[in-house]
Amino acid sequence: MTEAALETRGLSKSFGALRVANSIDFRLEKGARHALIGPNGAGKTSFVNLLTGALQPSDGTIHLNGADITHLSQSARVKHGLARTFQINTLFRGLCALENVTLAIAEREGVAGTLLRPAGRHRAIIEEAFDLLASLGLADAALEPVGVLAYGRQRLVEIAVALGLAPKVLLLDEPAAGIPSGESGVILAMLERLPPEISILIIEHDMDLVFRLATTITVLVQGSVLIEGPPDAIADDLRVREVYLGDRRR
Amino acid sequence: MGLATGRSAVIDSFARRHRFRAFEATPWVLAVAGYFLLPGYLPLGAQIFATILFVLSTDLVLGYAGIVTLGQAAFFGTGAYTAGILAANGWGEPISDLVAAAAMAGLVGLLSGLIILRTTGLALLMQTLIVATMLYELANKAGRWTGGDDGLQGMEVWPIFGVFRFDLFGHAAYIYSLVVLSIGWFAARRIVNSPFGRSLTGARENVARMRAIGAPVARRLLTIYAISAMMAGAAGALIAQTTSFVGLTSLSLERSGNALIMLIIGGVGRLYGAFLGVPLFMIAQDRFSEIDPVYWYFWIGALMVAVVLFARGGVLGLIERLRR
Repeated sequence: MTEAALETRGLSKSFGALRVANSIDFRLEKGARHALIGPNGAGKTSFVNLLTGALQPSDGTIHLNGADITHLSQSARVKHGLARTFQINTLFRGLCALENVTLAIAEREGVAGTLLRPAGRHRAIIEEAFDLLASLGLADAALEPVGVLAYGRQRLVEIAVALGLAPKVLLLDEPAAGIPSGESGVILAMLERLPPEISILIIEHDMDLVFRLATTITVLVQGSVLIEGPPDAIADDLRVREVYLGDRRR
Repeated sequence: MGLATGRSAVIDSFARRHRFRAFEATPWVLAVAGYFLLPGYLPLGAQIFATILFVLSTDLVLGYAGIVTLGQAAFFGTGAYTAGILAANGWGEPISDLVAAAAMAGLVGLLSGLIILRTTGLALLMQTLIVATMLYELANKAGRWTGGDDGLQGMEVWPIFGVFRFDLFGHAAYIYSLVVLSIGWFAARRIVNSPFGRSLTGARENVARMRAIGAPVARRLLTIYAISAMMAGAAGALIAQTTSFVGLTSLSLERSGNALIMLIIGGVGRLYGAFLGVPLFMIAQDRFSEIDPVYWYFWIGALMVAVVLFARGGVLGLIERLRR
């Protein structure tokens, strides 16, 4: 078997009696477009927090491109190429969009802890940040404080900050959350254009988006993997229909 | 900002934010003019410069890094007592005493920061207060070195470079304090405009995202906490050296609190809030205590309420809004 971009073995996490991750074995193949779905409270965001290091697992291992990252800090995992976005916008609201992305690139380039040169003299970083924003259609918003942008555009900045880290693996936690379903096409179009070498795990409730983007879908229920497979197999599975698609709201 | 549209125009306008602008010369022009125009007020001027440096150190942690502190006096007092004890015990060379004071305060900042910066919010606020209170009691008990409640007396501060004597008229004190303030201001300005400084602002705006982009947030906060402590220590040393006296109030909650009030009046996180807030506070104090000698602090409180309710961002915040 080839090396996975991201792999967990027996990954578990308990908060007292509550098991949010129950021995999860999971593989994200290189270049994958993999969706993680499940009803509210299934443990999807906890799973992402375990992958990024925001939570420490009670048991199990996490490998990124073959390297064991189970005990690495959040920032060390980012240096290894693991980036995430947040379900609820987690941005530097008072700073302009350009600075939001600049901060991420400066971290990636390892200059963010330096004092010698003003930030404005690191011009290559600012140019890269601007071009990244422009590629997402945000050029006109570059100097606007992120907090005043329309919600949908903030969702794009949310992804732009993660892309600024030049990730090998990108974890998207409900990128279309809070956007009217008719407008999620902007997000989808943008995700479809992401370079194929970035392996993507997407958590999403918007089933149109999931079924149009993902080539593999994993269904998580109560902290355990219920089933994994290609979209049509998932859509036809009776158990999935029962626990999840049965009460789909969108 | 809305005018910049093309790629290079946008990038230029962002990349030039750290450049000097004309208004930034104002405090220095006023300070030099004050030396010639108000010769009777030089000792007061020296106090104002040292206090600005102290409030500026508070702005670095509170305004830029978002560390809410009620214990900045811990470092001010550490610096004041370090310079004072050295000068009272046979080494009154001012510049080396100033450096020793800043280093000692920085060390206290580093060691206390290692412990207390693990917490955030209210817990952190209380711990900054506790550090200052503990040092206050330490200085109170160590009367043999600090003079305790009576204050430290008998400082002999030598002339600067062996030439310029600290005298009653305050010529040397004024220029000395102004030079140290300008060095502190220049350093602070470099820091807040550096990638390191910007990353602190990122941590203030959203610490979860800062961690998610791989920033070692704890280490960066500790670094700025120690730098700010050094600056506060230098400010304390300046007051000690130019007044030849250190009292327990240099470690008091009132001093930390007043620094916050001055900063909030001037404007937090704007680098020049200290330069406006300190003189305004002093003028307000002078006016209010003349009108109402007993309850003047009540009016300072009323002024604070007005600023918080109607002028968020202090005087600088008001100016920014009026210019839009």
